[in-house]
Amino acid sequence: MSRIIEGLSYSESHEWVKVDGDIATIGISDFAQKSMGSIVYVDMPEEDDRIEQNEEFGAVESVKAASDLYSPVSGVVTERNAALEDEPGLLNKDPYTNWIIRVRMDNPAEIEALMDAAAYSEFVAGQE
Amino acid sequence: MKNYDRLIFELSREGRCGYSLPEGSWEENTGCLPQNLRRETRPALPQVSEPDVVRHYVNLSGMNYSVDTGFYPLGSCTMKYNPRIDEELASHPGFAHLHPLQPEETVQGALQLCRELSDCLCKLTGMAAFTLNPCAGAHGELTGLMIMRQYHISRGDLKRTRIIVPDSAHGTNPASAAVCGLEVVQVRSTPEGLIDMDHLRPLLDDTVAGIMMTNPNTLGLFETGIREIVKCVHEAGGLLYYDGANMNALLGKVRPADMGFDIMHLNLHKTFSTPHGGGGPGAGPVGVTASLAGLIPEIGRVSAFHGNFGVLMKAYAYILSLGRQNIGRVGPLAVLAANYVKESLKDRYRLPVPSLCKHEFVYDGLARQDAGDGQQVTTLDIAKRLLDYGFHAPTIYFPLLFHQSIMIEPTETESLETLDAFIDAMRRIADEAESSLGLLKSAPHTTPVRRPDETLAATHLKLTWKS
Amino acid sequence: MAFAYFPHTDEDIRAMLSKIGAVSLDDLYADVPGDMLFKGSFDIPDAMSEMELRRKFDGLASMNIPLKVFCGAGAYDHYSPAVVPAIISRAEFLTSYTPYQAEVSQGTLRYIFEFQTMMCMLTGLDCSNASMYDGPTSAAEALLMSVACTRKKRRVLVSGTLLPHVLQVAGTYCRFHGVGLTVIPHRSGVSDLEAIRRELQAGDVAGVMVPGINRFGIIEDLSGFADAVHDAKALLIVYSDPSSLAVLTTPAGWGADIACGDAQTLGIPLSFGGPYIGFLCCRQEHVRKLPGRIVGETVDADGRRAFVLTLQAREQHIRREKATSNICSNESLMALYVTVYLSLMGPDGLKRVNDLSYGGAHYLHSRLLATGLFSEAFDKPFLKEFVLRSKVPAGLLQKTLVEKGFFGALSCGDGLVSFCVTENRSREEIDALVDAVSSLKAN
Repeated sequence: MSRIIEGLSYSESHEWVKVDGDIATIGISDFAQKSMGSIVYVDMPEEDDRIEQNEEFGAVESVKAASDLYSPVSGVVTERNAALEDEPGLLNKDPYTNWIIRVRMDNPAEIEALMDAAAYSEFVAGQE
Repeated sequence: MKNYDRLIFELSREGRCGYSLPEGSWEENTGCLPQNLRRETRPALPQVSEPDVVRHYVNLSGMNYSVDTGFYPLGSCTMKYNPRIDEELASHPGFAHLHPLQPEETVQGALQLCRELSDCLCKLTGMAAFTLNPCAGAHGELTGLMIMRQYHISRGDLKRTRIIVPDSAHGTNPASAAVCGLEVVQVRSTPEGLIDMDHLRPLLDDTVAGIMMTNPNTLGLFETGIREIVKCVHEAGGLLYYDGANMNALLGKVRPADMGFDIMHLNLHKTFSTPHGGGGPGAGPVGVTASLAGLIPEIGRVSAFHGNFGVLMKAYAYILSLGRQNIGRVGPLAVLAANYVKESLKDRYRLPVPSLCKHEFVYDGLARQDAGDGQQVTTLDIAKRLLDYGFHAPTIYFPLLFHQSIMIEPTETESLETLDAFIDAMRRIADEAESSLGLLKSAPHTTPVRRPDETLAATHLKLTWKS
Repeated sequence: MAFAYFPHTDEDIRAMLSKIGAVSLDDLYADVPGDMLFKGSFDIPDAMSEMELRRKFDGLASMNIPLKVFCGAGAYDHYSPAVVPAIISRAEFLTSYTPYQAEVSQGTLRYIFEFQTMMCMLTGLDCSNASMYDGPTSAAEALLMSVACTRKKRRVLVSGTLLPHVLQVAGTYCRFHGVGLTVIPHRSGVSDLEAIRRELQAGDVAGVMVPGINRFGIIEDLSGFADAVHDAKALLIVYSDPSSLAVLTTPAGWGADIACGDAQTLGIPLSFGGPYIGFLCCRQEHVRKLPGRIVGETVDADGRRAFVLTLQAREQHIRREKATSNICSNESLMALYVTVYLSLMGPDGLKRVNDLSYGGAHYLHSRLLATGLFSEAFDKPFLKEFVLRSKVPAGLLQKTLVEKGFFGALSCGDGLVSFCVTENRSREEIDALVDAVSSLKAN
């Protein structure tokens, strides 16, 4: 069983979003990190890069797999988690405290299309 | 296998040398060059005596598995026997010293050989013309896709920038398409492992350049809907590309042109038995039908000169040694071996697609996957344990259609005794999965190293030796 | 009918068919539509025994005319030590597969690791891949790599002083990949920094490729190139002859981000153009955009040093259409060729190769000028290859040399012809070539 945190929003591609004003913090869910195995590299966008909802903004790599990251929201990258450059395995240790990027959202209403913890829990149950 | 843990740099001592060169009597040397064009310090290359070099590399060779030491059931790799006569002929001194830009009248033998080889390839595939320039299978794919795009461009049909690739395709197919500037559209497989026609039809619009197919596909299945696929793709204005990676199954029985393919490549290092060399050199000649032959020169140069000529020589020697009398038996004997192994192990290994296979087939892990104490025996465990039994592992975790894929291709050059020994080893591993799981989980036990830490390799990159 | 490569007896075949539940080999193709099956006999030659094969290849070889090679242009007649083919022909290397199963491939993985290290020693850069097909495709891949590294920029600049076939292959790849390629014409035989600077101002350039030694044999002075290229946030790629890097300023020394080229010069026979081996090196920060296989060091389950293919998530078998390249099979065995060659040569042997080539080439250069049939074309520093302006038509000159058993005076257009001398050419051979050329004076 993978861990799911209340109060976050989740996408079908297993990213989570935490909203604080117009800033969205984005990471990957416990389910995502478990299905990847040991993560060896996180490909992140640069600060000030524009990203669009449902479009790819990076990738997470394990030894034998790579999984693209899809942005749950549109906006401009304000921050990337530099700690992941040196220690990508942090995503395996705790995918919820170890976020990947922060984005200044164009339209915070985009969040409404995402799942809450209960809905995501059901969604994941269907995949496990 | 012998363990030996040295790198050539660790044998180096200042003042040793392994070369034998004349002193020379020239008035000038590189010391005459302007200072800023000369490197400041000499490269830290090893300084080793000749006997040390020989012993080092012979010792390294002892840490390798190879076709000449044992059976390689590697799916989609066609690890057949590599005849020694082909090696002898490829190093013929009458060819070894030819410069690729020599005037044509001085290289007639080499050109004649290329001509005779491509004639044979045309006869065996039904294609009208071959270019021998591509250096490997993926290079052939790229060249073939360039011809496909050139075909549409030459007709002024510039919107055809998408290519259809089955989800079971080799990774090189989508990758070659991307290098060629094509957008990849994936077509699904049916539960029976064949291209899903209901998914394919709506994808075929006027933006589609064509489709890339492997037939038999990576599940080892002949695409029985091929006639319908050809018809639909051609009607939509697209072309069909044949990935020759699995051609060994059909050699002598079915010609890609007769199936309706327009462009194809052959992996000479698979079907035509040139050695893999630990990952090349290979050769990936590209064949086309008559109406496309004129487009080959239009795409432009794809490699330095005439392709991997030394590899072409080996492939031609192979074709001549089989000749018309034996070439037609390659496919059937390879298919016989694959079906024999498949049937012999299907009680112990899960066979997701039970039908007649061609040169290869796929198991999806053990038939009894739960070892009893909740621990899963993975395909990786089975592969590693096979090494202890003296066999190379099959291709694993490919195709991606199943979680525990074990892809087996025995080829036509393995004897019944070898196949039986492999089957026996696989059965013993299946037994061990139930009786002594630890043995599998910690395998291999007999190799120079065991389960190297790939995560460490990828997170703490050490790509060169440092003193 | 028994055949040497097919171990199956009729009895074996019957037993195997019976296990499958088939009656004949034809049954195995029951899933193929009947009219797609090939019927009849292939119109290819009859099977040949080994004796017949040897005669056949001897016959083909006799149609070639052996020539003493005095040309380069991307393929060089360097000496190769006897040890090299002896190691290469070891079946454990020759007939092994790509080293995906690390436990039974440590031999291959170790020599590739050594190869990577040696290429980094020669180029001065941090990382190398396990090889590319040949020099021109390594150049094409390097250009596409620069586009991947800089993101959003879709144009590259290449110096017109690069070898013609390098420009052609780069042009083919860029055209289909959708990358703009601008060739910057040479200025007095060398890359034109001012013209490159002007093109860079557009701000859309991802990479700039210049040669270390160019198509005219000139050793280019690349001072100032890296600064100009980096100021425009582009990458500098230097196309090099790795043999020359024993003595010449390295790509890293010129400030390059990427180095590529053909390592055929490191002991690989001419063999009518292949197999050769491309190399591709880069600075550490770009390693994740490097195409092809890469070997890394790690430890095994018992803590022993071990080697594996690493950063595989870049590659086609995992990343599919998003891979850094489509390359799969490369030139692994040729990397062994290079590695054994460099192990034997060491820094001093490779320097002597360059000194001998330099001495012979400069001797030929001055002797040819002394015939009065040539004039200096550029008067710039060269190593083993040079061009002269010929007063005799290039075609006639080459034909005359062929008749005397030499391959020299390759036409470079504009009345220029190129010559090359490696350590493999003796003074007597050079004198004989000059005599052959001089015979044209009498006419």
